Amino acid sequence: MRCARCARNGRERVNKIFEVPLYAYEASPDQSAPAPVRHKVIVVGAGPVGLAAAIDLAQQGVEVLVLDDNDKVSFGSRAICFAKRPLEILDRLGCGQPMVDKGVLWNKGKVFFDERQVYEFDLQPDSGDQRPAFINLQQYYFEQFLVDRVRELQAQGAPIEIRGRNKVEAVGTHPDHVKLEVETPEGSYTIEADWVIACDGAGSPMRAMMGKDFVGRVFEDNFLIADVIMEADFPSERWFWFDPPFNKGQSALLHKQPDGVWRIDLQLGWDIDKEREKRPENVIPRLKAMLGEDVNFELEWVSIYTFQCRRMEQFRHGRVIFAGDSAHQVSPFGARGANSGVQDTDNLCWKLKLVIDGKAPESLLDSYDQERIHGADENILNSTRSTDFITPKSQMSRILRDAVLDLSEHYDFARPMVNSGRLSVPCVYDGSPLNSADALNGPSQTRPGASCPDAPLGEDFLLPKLAGQFTLLTIDADAPDEIEVDGITVKRLALSVKDDPTLTLKRRYLGDATGAVYLIRPDQHVAARRDTYEENAFRHAVRRATGKE
Amino acid sequence: MADLILSPNLTQADDFYADLVAAHEGLEKAESDAFNARLVLVLANHIGDNAVLKQALDAAALKQE
Repeated sequence: MRCARCARNGRERVNKIFEVPLYAYEASPDQSAPAPVRHKVIVVGAGPVGLAAAIDLAQQGVEVLVLDDNDKVSFGSRAICFAKRPLEILDRLGCGQPMVDKGVLWNKGKVFFDERQVYEFDLQPDSGDQRPAFINLQQYYFEQFLVDRVRELQAQGAPIEIRGRNKVEAVGTHPDHVKLEVETPEGSYTIEADWVIACDGAGSPMRAMMGKDFVGRVFEDNFLIADVIMEADFPSERWFWFDPPFNKGQSALLHKQPDGVWRIDLQLGWDIDKEREKRPENVIPRLKAMLGEDVNFELEWVSIYTFQCRRMEQFRHGRVIFAGDSAHQVSPFGARGANSGVQDTDNLCWKLKLVIDGKAPESLLDSYDQERIHGADENILNSTRSTDFITPKSQMSRILRDAVLDLSEHYDFARPMVNSGRLSVPCVYDGSPLNSADALNGPSQTRPGASCPDAPLGEDFLLPKLAGQFTLLTIDADAPDEIEVDGITVKRLALSVKDDPTLTLKRRYLGDATGAVYLIRPDQHVAARRDTYEENAFRHAVRRATGKE
Repeated sequence: MADLILSPNLTQADDFYADLVAAHEGLEKAESDAFNARLVLVLANHIGDNAVLKQALDAAALKQE
């Protein structure tokens, strides 16, 4: 049981995070330069997606400048659920461990209908991964750890800079560069970049300034979202209520965050007075009805949100590339917002690096569009279906929804139909032009286009060994230690099924095959696979994976 | 691909029909609607073939080829 004093300390610590600038405004020499200074890459927006992009590029030696109109972490917990795949990407970015250390680990969830628990689930019955299915971590911590990593890279001399209170006011696009007008507390200045990555959120001013579309479906519903600090010992699980007695006809969600902070989401319906609902005198009785009269809690943050499922028709517009919520927006069910945004940058940054270095044609960047639009559509489909299940749109859809819930209490078969959010899993880039035809009779989960699943290797794990460059993964198969294809070096990682006594490696990468050779992209997606190494086939596969065939 | 059976397939059609009607006896309209919904889901799971279920949805909508 947490004591009230600890909870108060937690709150003071949290309040401090919101107040202290993390990247305070400082005048840059660019502001007084006689001519606009040209940067290699400018990232607009220092949220989770923009910071991840900047770190990824800086780690690869690409000069990158991040501009943000604010100077602090985001206010309120906002994105709180970070999935296994983004955590694996963050490991590659050098900041996965502090996030996992700070985050609340959870794999289990419970589903309630009316007054009853109808079933519970465990997301990771099949382990063999270094990272858990999910952690809960407030977005402000997530951003802080990313900024810590930026500072660490700067200390090592990496070419990365964040400028706070630098607001982009105008964009000029040119065939070989982008010009930005930037407003600061000391006036405005002009800078240029070879490439711009727009990570400025769902309301993206960059998108608006460029006059680009953002179409999709509006959901007529409001959700009250509250962070409360409380003395309670609920387990670290995701609890979801359909039609609970304390929020009749609506839904509710309870999630645990670090520091004794709990996230509560209450569906409110469409015709409400938002300002009225947000007042503590109206929020507190709702929460008391949910948590019980005798639970002590303090309200830390309250917000009301509505949502839409939509995306841009194209994410790349010449030298301006959109990533994260600026490019696509989903409902919060399934934690597919920040998680998919981090996967966008994972997909984009290695491609941009090759293009900048002249090792791949600019058209390689079009595969970012193809692959991440595929991902966005999958996320939009899943989150739309979740939303329709959670908030039935007709009398009959409610009857069917309730039938599923009633059956799920009694029979296993109905549980897969219960949809309180299909939690984010990485999308497989099936049909991507970068994939080579599958030439291994192997498991479907590691087919070309798939992101590599992890596997234990004694004390270590597989994924950290695949980080950041093209790799030829051989499992009980021969291959040269290194091949070079048009200036791209591909190093071999030689493994044997004997390296993993748990046989996870075999199960995930070989199946019934006795040996395999995989070409793995820098973002840990499979580009090609065969049962044996064939020089010509893999040379073609590397060329194909870099947009040259 | 399996085809949806649309020729007579119940050996005791009258018995099933009587059981179906009897199952609704004494139920309010809302309870009957819920019962039907549960029954559809139970049967759909038993069929377990999305292609057949798609044909069943079309058949129930009285869509003629």
